[in-house]
Amino acid sequence: MGKPFEIVVLSGKGGTGKTSITAAFALLAENAVITDCDVDAADLHLILSPVVYKSENFASGSKAVIDRERCTACGFCPELCRFEAIEFKNNGYYVDEYACEGCGLCKEVCPVGAVNILKYENNRIYFSNSRFGPMVYGKLGIAEENSGRLVSRIRQYAQETAKKTRARYILTDGPPGIGCPVISSVTGSDLVIAVTEPTRSGWHDLQRLIEMTGRFKTPVLVIINKYDLNKDMTITIENNLKGKGIKVSGKIPYDETMIRSLLEGKTINEFKPHGTIAYELSRIWEAIV
Amino acid sequence: MRVAITSGKGGTGKTTVSTGLFHVFSKYLKYDVQLLDCDAEEPNCHIFIKSDNVTSYPVNISIPYIDPDKCTFCGKCKNVCAFNAIVMLPAIKFAEVVEDMCHGCGACSYVCPEGAIKELIKPIGRISHYDCHGIDYFIEGRLNVGSALQTRVIRETIDHARQKGVVLFDSPPGTSCPVIAAVSKADYVVMVTEPTPFGLYDLRLMADTVKQLGKKHGIVINKSGLNYKPLYEYISQNKITLLGEIPFKKEYAMAYSKGEILTEYDKGLMDIYIGIINSIFDGQAV
Repeated sequence: MGKPFEIVVLSGKGGTGKTSITAAFALLAENAVITDCDVDAADLHLILSPVVYKSENFASGSKAVIDRERCTACGFCPELCRFEAIEFKNNGYYVDEYACEGCGLCKEVCPVGAVNILKYENNRIYFSNSRFGPMVYGKLGIAEENSGRLVSRIRQYAQETAKKTRARYILTDGPPGIGCPVISSVTGSDLVIAVTEPTRSGWHDLQRLIEMTGRFKTPVLVIINKYDLNKDMTITIENNLKGKGIKVSGKIPYDETMIRSLLEGKTINEFKPHGTIAYELSRIWEAIV
Repeated sequence: MRVAITSGKGGTGKTTVSTGLFHVFSKYLKYDVQLLDCDAEEPNCHIFIKSDNVTSYPVNISIPYIDPDKCTFCGKCKNVCAFNAIVMLPAIKFAEVVEDMCHGCGACSYVCPEGAIKELIKPIGRISHYDCHGIDYFIEGRLNVGSALQTRVIRETIDHARQKGVVLFDSPPGTSCPVIAAVSKADYVVMVTEPTPFGLYDLRLMADTVKQLGKKHGIVINKSGLNYKPLYEYISQNKITLLGEIPFKKEYAMAYSKGEILTEYDKGLMDIYIGIINSIFDGQAV
């Protein structure tokens, strides 16, 4: 039994249909561990309705806190902090918890030991079973930072689960954008499926995503969702991708059935199994595997 | 007054609402307004906004470089680094910084007893000012592809904002640090949602975040028309201001795909936006 094949579904731009398509693939894969790495706004569980059997806290970052009793207001830490996270108010220094990156330099420079570094443990990781197989997903605590570390940990757990269940695939619903959590989702995965839409924004964002994944040398396949919203743009995207040597695996028409299936908490392939979209998604999945 | 336009879920119409508000404010109400694209990972406002002059500035951080001739491999830098960005193998006299993990905090060079660490400038993004007739009305923050420090670029973009008048922030999606970087600097938060289970679920997360930050806030329902009752129940039960509803039409989605500002495409939308602006400013602005 070899290593499971890790597929991560990304989009660059949000709202292109990443999660709906991942859910359909989860059904089609039959033997996959499913993960949701869009930890800021994890939505896949709303379709898969998994039953959680275990969960744990996860500390993603740290923040500095100044002990006002000990602080002599010498001014070293605000001078050296590169994140402008130490502010002076009410006759003393305070850490702006939203600006602090938890680097600990202030603790190093403090001559009286007035700075403590506290771990933030508000994130949760859920182990669950869905109707399509085991699912690991995360939920970031309110106003938490550093979702990249949470993503790495979720993927590690998914790999362990896949080993136990002898899953052939790990299927990940990834975050939007191209920053820290996306980089953590792509690192070491085997295939990126990029879901885009034929809008100028969608295409702009897809190009940045492709440039980003290119750095990891991870192969990319593209799905153009709602392709008939702007057929000229679809052709532009197809031609440009051809020039880059990237394959468009399929095109999905705009159809309100997608939203209706979502309202029922079903994948499109369950809601309308003989429809055009279900057929196209099955074809795409077969071609991928 | 600084207004952050946010969403939780991506693709609900943050940029549509941001550019719509900007357009109605500046062109129709002739109001002094500046737009900031804070979605540094995937900035899209520039697609909708034209300019005759763009000036760009790099966003830099300082990345440490360990001089192998001076380093004694004591390990102090590796121990102090909170981001595990220093790899040190004393046995083979190897010490290096993993640039992509480094936050540029400077702790390593501070603790190095040998003065073996010097810092080099590394660009992580770009801030562009778009002028029109000499008015600096649109600023875009853009993360360099491959960098994970989007939050830093966003903070610096906000530092470029003007200090007076109305400033609109088109924020990144999600609820974590990049969003907080924008929302924590705003006076008012507009949460754009859509009438679907995904939209509602992510709206709740966003609303909890905004409440924790203690910011005034209201909701705009975009792509409205689907009578998704749980969303309306949530809004009324939590007594959150509904600023306005923008109807869904396939032709809007098509106009958006071509890079058109919807309030320009359909002047009928103007009244909805004026209603939103009036609710945000409590009738004080216009």
